[in-house]
Amino acid sequence: MSDAAYKRVRIARNNDRPTGLDYIRHIFKGFIEFHGDRRYADDPAIVGGIARLEGSPVTVIAIEKGHTAKERTWRNFGAPNPEGYRKALRLMEQAEKFGRPVICFIDTSGAYCGIGAEERGQGQAIAENLMVMSTLCVPVISILIGEGGSGGALALAVADRVWMLQNAVYSVISPEGCASILWKDSAKAETAAASLKLTAEDARNLGVIEKILSEKEIGEKAFYERIRGLLKEELEVLARDADLVGKRYDRFRKIGAAAVMKESV
Amino acid sequence: MALLNFMKPMNELEEGGRTSAPVQRDAGEPEKKCPNCHKEIPLSRLWASDLVCTCGYHFRMKARQRIQMIADKDSFRELFSGMHSDNPLNFPGYREKIETVRAASGEKEAVVCGTAMIGKQRCCLFVMESYFMMGSMGSAVGEKITSLFEYAVQYRLPVVGFTVSGGARMQEGLLSLMQMAKTSAAVKQHSDAGLLYIAVLTDPTTGGVTASFAMEADIILAEPGATVGFAGARVIEQTTKKALPEGFQTAEFVLEHGFVDSIVPRSAQKKYLAEILQMHDGRAV
Repeated sequence: MSDAAYKRVRIARNNDRPTGLDYIRHIFKGFIEFHGDRRYADDPAIVGGIARLEGSPVTVIAIEKGHTAKERTWRNFGAPNPEGYRKALRLMEQAEKFGRPVICFIDTSGAYCGIGAEERGQGQAIAENLMVMSTLCVPVISILIGEGGSGGALALAVADRVWMLQNAVYSVISPEGCASILWKDSAKAETAAASLKLTAEDARNLGVIEKILSEKEIGEKAFYERIRGLLKEELEVLARDADLVGKRYDRFRKIGAAAVMKESV
Repeated sequence: MALLNFMKPMNELEEGGRTSAPVQRDAGEPEKKCPNCHKEIPLSRLWASDLVCTCGYHFRMKARQRIQMIADKDSFRELFSGMHSDNPLNFPGYREKIETVRAASGEKEAVVCGTAMIGKQRCCLFVMESYFMMGSMGSAVGEKITSLFEYAVQYRLPVVGFTVSGGARMQEGLLSLMQMAKTSAAVKQHSDAGLLYIAVLTDPTTGGVTASFAMEADIILAEPGATVGFAGARVIEQTTKKALPEGFQTAEFVLEHGFVDSIVPRSAQKKYLAEILQMHDGRAV
């Protein structure tokens, strides 16, 4: 089987890729970071706050992996704890209150698998985000910039538009995890990666994302300017939409419906 | 014939049960070993007690058997029974797997949905099936649960759901993941319509089901001893390199940490559910 999909996984995980905060700093102006979930703690794996997009205030949220070894450890390698998802939710509800669009940048191998994360309800935190985001009455755009690891990524991606960088991946499980469970052999990760259909092209074909963003000049000024332009353009379209919530419901409602066979009984 | 009908589910229980303890067939009545108290229990007794050992251990239960236990006699009307997953990603081995599971379980998919009366209270009911790929959620499970919540909104009915799941179904990739968002949106719509949703978490409720509709109910109950969590215990051990605390990810653990309302043993569930349903409506039919 082709190893093309697994190559994408490797690229998506590359430490040299721009991280969430790079996107925030280069695309927006005047980012003001807000901390904490008001429940338990501040999760450094998720950053969020307000900024301006071509002058207009927006709420921005990003999963941040960090660049240096020290920062990566502090950021828990971009694996959020429940308090990270709860902080994101708090900021999204704040955005709704003040009528600001929400823009999320996603890059995680998955929600953190830890004892404390379970004690503090990792599943409940993700579930609540999915539920509340489905009826958030401001425009939401989510961009997968690297790894889109399962529920931990989806928890910031119940959006009106979901875009993926050309080499980002989006998957229900890591290829290693899948290979280990199904074939008891994590070395079969290449086969799993190809089978899981986790590339940006796959996601678009499955109707899971709307747009693939080119990685031409990634990390350079022109790259961020291009994304800024796309965001501005799309937010103008979404701002005119009187039925955002209804359309967001339909967007997710139809996914997978074609895969369901309906026998008459 | 009566004997055969009686034997059938027992054999399935043995095949799918969590213990591989040999069942003594030559000593008259077949028995099953309880993984908690290690006693051999005659299957007829186990059967009569809704698969609960005298020590309180709750064995896994098939969806149809649970419906029989929880719904008023002959009140269950199945909905969406024709829906099942195809192999949308052409995932290797999936079609064969699903055909084998279908034949062995007698179910087309990992959830059974319908309407029922519980203690004369009309409701929508879904029961997930552990004997079908450990209740994993693919497109069809997501579609059935979403359709049930939409039906419940249309007819203004409460929803009672029994969850059991290993999580999202890997073999349908991203489509499975998206069912978490889809079902959550349907639960939200039902909730916003002012309608009641009660979830009963049974062993095991994990992964993408925990991180979606299992944790989104107004009232969340759990069966004693059920595993309830997001990440798998083995994965957590590997990630953290730490020994897991005693009783980690059990119903009792999530109760202590504030994520379920109550632990309700099987024998008390029907009355408990009927009482809650009645308190939210009061119109006995």
